[in-house]
Amino acid sequence: MSYLPKSPWLVHYDASSCNGCDIEVLACLTPLYDVERFGVLNIGNPKHADIFVVTGSVNEQNRSVIQNIYNQMAEPKVVVAVGACASSGGIFRECYNVQGGVDNVIPVDVYVSGCAARPEAIIDGVVQALGVLEQKYEESKKKGAETSHV
Amino acid sequence: MSDYLWILFVVLYIVLAPFIGGMIAGIDRKITARMQGRYGPPLLQPFYDVLKLMQKENIVVNKHQKLYVLCSLIFIIVAGAIFFAGGDLLLSIFALALASIFLVIAAYSTYSPYAYLGAERELIQIMAYEPMVILTIVGMYIATGSFSVTDIGAYEGLLVLKLPAMFVGFVYILTIKIRKSPFDISMSHHAHQEIVRGLTTEFSGKELAYIEISHWYENVMLLGLVYLFFASNPILAVLVLVATYFLEILIDNVNSRLKWQSVLFSTWLVAFVLGIANIAVLGFLKYFL
Amino acid sequence: MELVLFLIIVPIIVGVALLFIPARLHTARKSVVAAATLVLSGVSIYLVTQYIGEDQQMFSFDAHVWDMVIVGIEMILAGFIIVLSIIKKQYLAAALMLVGAGLMCWFEFAWAGDIPVRNVLFVDNLSLIMSLIIGVIGCLIALFAVGYMKTYHEKHPDVKDRTGFFFFIIFAFMGAMYGVVFANSLVWLFFFWEITTLCSFFLIGYSRQKTAVKNAFRALKMNLLGGIGFAVAIILLAQNTGTIELDHISTLSSVALLPMGLLAFAGLTKAAQMPFSSWLLGAMVAPTPVSALLHSSAMVKAGVYLIIRLSPAFDAVEGGGIVGLCVALVGAVTFVLTSFMAISQKDAKRVLAYSTVANLGLIVVCAGMGNYLLAWAAVMLVIFHAVAKSLLFLSVGTVEHNLGDRSIESMDGLIRSMPKVAVGMAIGILGMFLAPFGMLISKWAALEGLVEANAFLTVFVAFGGAATLFFWSKWLGKIIMVKAVPEGFVPKVSNLEKVTLGVLAGSTVLVCLTFPLISQYFLEPFILGTYGEIYVLEPSNVGILLMMMGLMIVLPLSLLTYRKVGYREQYLAGANVDEKEKFRGSLGVTQSISVQSFYLDSIFGEKRLFNIGVIFAIALILIMLVFAALRAGVGA
Repeated sequence: MSYLPKSPWLVHYDASSCNGCDIEVLACLTPLYDVERFGVLNIGNPKHADIFVVTGSVNEQNRSVIQNIYNQMAEPKVVVAVGACASSGGIFRECYNVQGGVDNVIPVDVYVSGCAARPEAIIDGVVQALGVLEQKYEESKKKGAETSHV
Repeated sequence: MSDYLWILFVVLYIVLAPFIGGMIAGIDRKITARMQGRYGPPLLQPFYDVLKLMQKENIVVNKHQKLYVLCSLIFIIVAGAIFFAGGDLLLSIFALALASIFLVIAAYSTYSPYAYLGAERELIQIMAYEPMVILTIVGMYIATGSFSVTDIGAYEGLLVLKLPAMFVGFVYILTIKIRKSPFDISMSHHAHQEIVRGLTTEFSGKELAYIEISHWYENVMLLGLVYLFFASNPILAVLVLVATYFLEILIDNVNSRLKWQSVLFSTWLVAFVLGIANIAVLGFLKYFL
Repeated sequence: MELVLFLIIVPIIVGVALLFIPARLHTARKSVVAAATLVLSGVSIYLVTQYIGEDQQMFSFDAHVWDMVIVGIEMILAGFIIVLSIIKKQYLAAALMLVGAGLMCWFEFAWAGDIPVRNVLFVDNLSLIMSLIIGVIGCLIALFAVGYMKTYHEKHPDVKDRTGFFFFIIFAFMGAMYGVVFANSLVWLFFFWEITTLCSFFLIGYSRQKTAVKNAFRALKMNLLGGIGFAVAIILLAQNTGTIELDHISTLSSVALLPMGLLAFAGLTKAAQMPFSSWLLGAMVAPTPVSALLHSSAMVKAGVYLIIRLSPAFDAVEGGGIVGLCVALVGAVTFVLTSFMAISQKDAKRVLAYSTVANLGLIVVCAGMGNYLLAWAAVMLVIFHAVAKSLLFLSVGTVEHNLGDRSIESMDGLIRSMPKVAVGMAIGILGMFLAPFGMLISKWAALEGLVEANAFLTVFVAFGGAATLFFWSKWLGKIIMVKAVPEGFVPKVSNLEKVTLGVLAGSTVLVCLTFPLISQYFLEPFILGTYGEIYVLEPSNVGILLMMMGLMIVLPLSLLTYRKVGYREQYLAGANVDEKEKFRGSLGVTQSISVQSFYLDSIFGEKRLFNIGVIFAIALILIMLVFAALRAGVGA
């Protein structure tokens, strides 16, 4: 049995967001939405986190940062792109310095739409990510000794 | 009473302490949430967290750090076992200090700036609480004539009546030991803008689970120490334990983190004033009564 | 008795032989020192097998001729020092020397004839422990020094190579130390006492550089001041009580209080307690083996040895309790303040020096309170401290030669760059402050004893102990940190250094593992013989300690079992670059991680604390002497 869906810790990275989505992500932690009901913690450290929440589009400056944070997370892990910019580049897509959505750099598992994404939508996205997390755990268990999972 | 009863206590401690510690942490999170007007996580959330960590990939910066965390866990269990076996209180506290140092060493070994900062702050915390812990035990010896937990526990009359200042001082530093605001400067859950996760930044998966479990073991042992102040009246003692822990949660929720300077100065001041005052009064009583 | 005289005289002969071996004959020196090491430690051990467990063995012989020889040597040395001091314009040192030597001369011609000295030398278990420390550890340090001095002169071409003289002094020092621990006649004790003062003076000033000379004279002045106290104590004893034998002091009435106070004062100066701690700190300019010798087996140990010897008298002589309490308080103030100051030090040798002074302070606290439990703790502290501290000094010396400086900040990642030396150093550090290692066992006994004797002193131990935890741990953290080795760094450690460090590290662990045996065979007979009471460790606690030791040895084996782990770089806020331990800093420049410890200089700085300590310590010493003088006056 996997306990991953019962205790999803997330690390939140603001790529180049206008702060709209970030405020909504943080709103999820407030008493009104209280995602800790589901065991969700905003842990702030990729090495502890299971879910990588990215807001904003990717540009040359933060490309390596997204890559690094993703690499430093322990398996199994999922990526949630929150908001239009993180999903596709949004209205900044055609900007000279913007490279598009987060999936240009790392594999994204769940896309949350909206500009800015609403807290309900974000919570929904995270809960969907839990399913992916469970699935990834089962897969890694099947692979067994081949993986680096101990 | 059999001579081998202590073995039972040790086994009970080793088996039950993680459950009790985890439950306390669960209740703590629930109460904290309610104080903040939230619904809060399930009661068993701490167990879910630890079990999840066990299922995660094991990633490290270097192999050494695993060893030190393991040492830390084992020596905390040793410290608690000595305590609940009714052994020497000083020895138990020394073992606990050894365990704390191992945790610090584990963080140092990673050569990570955030873990390093956390380790230094943790050392300051250790330096801050250590005198009060030693003085509390000294006070217990003066009052009961023994360092053995069995003898202190068997003391007739409420120990707290002889050691009121020590008790206050001990509860004061207990805030550091159970990692509560305003003294949680080394690995706070809430300080990630400042020190990421401080001491535990470079630990994940199993090691992080070990750190959490050792924290539960430690909390149970510390509550055992608080119990000793009221050992002659178990019902009162349990009530005081509950009240003390509730007080700690309240303090946690109404305070923000302090600077390390304030942590060090305030705890040393408390230890110095309350420690000396209590020893003086005890000496006075011994001399004239 | 022949053995004892052998141990005193042979080192001096070896020293003279080494004096005449020219500096370039490295191998010859190595063989002589190695042979001397074998002989001296062998004889020390043989001595132990002869006398262990027995009561005090007194050796009496007609020492009158010897006394004359001793006074003669003293006068020659004094003359030499006076001339030297005047040449260097150190008039105070000259004056102190003149007063000390003059007092002894006066005593020898005016009193000595009337005072019968029956037992000149003696052996008991405390002397045996001390002689083992001197013989084994002292010789190992000398052995280490052979290799070290060669490198030292290669690295410091500006220092004149006087290696022969250096080793002469080292061995004379050891001979004098043997003399100190075996002498029962205070005249003899004083003679050897002054010899150790002079030897340390020459060793500290070895490089003849400006600071070295300055610090050597400071050490000389402070220790000569203590020596004058000693001389006055002898004269007062001779005048008022008619005996100048060490073992008689505790049988005397309160007229002995002032001499006791003065002897304790001499002990405090030699043990570098506040206000005299600065001479030991200044001694750090000397080559590292000298520091190791001064700190672990010789010199400062002579100071605490004398106070431990006085300890029963604090208990037995009427009014001695107050004198003892003052001595203990000086030790307590020193322990707390020097532990604090050690936090603020970056230089590894200064940290070690402050920690030595602090530990000696704790020993003085124990000895000053004069009960059997604390005496046990004090002797245990002496043993553990000697072993662990010599290991630490020598490993710092080795590291210093390889890294080019001895700042703790540059010891980052030593476990990778010099793994063996780092493990040795880590054992030494652990041995200094953590359970289940030795020092903590004695601190534990000290706490137990102090609660009984005077609970207020535990406050000092609690605060000083907390500071100790802090500064050792942050140093330990620096060396065990796993970090890439700088490119092109190849450590050079000679075999001689490896062997000595290995033996010392081994003996640190061994002493910790066998401490119950040490306690049973060495300490208990001594404590029982001196105090009539005995301190026995509770078997269950010994079991727990040994179990913890076992865990410490076994747990590292778990390193072998890890296979499947994923490696990731340190978290650097996502700014990692491909190279290890580097990150993309502002403006895209690649930068390396660097971490620095807390030194808390604004709180625990020397400037802030040193003067406070000096004021308290001087006040306490004055109170002690004034009280002793008044009480002794009433008693007479």
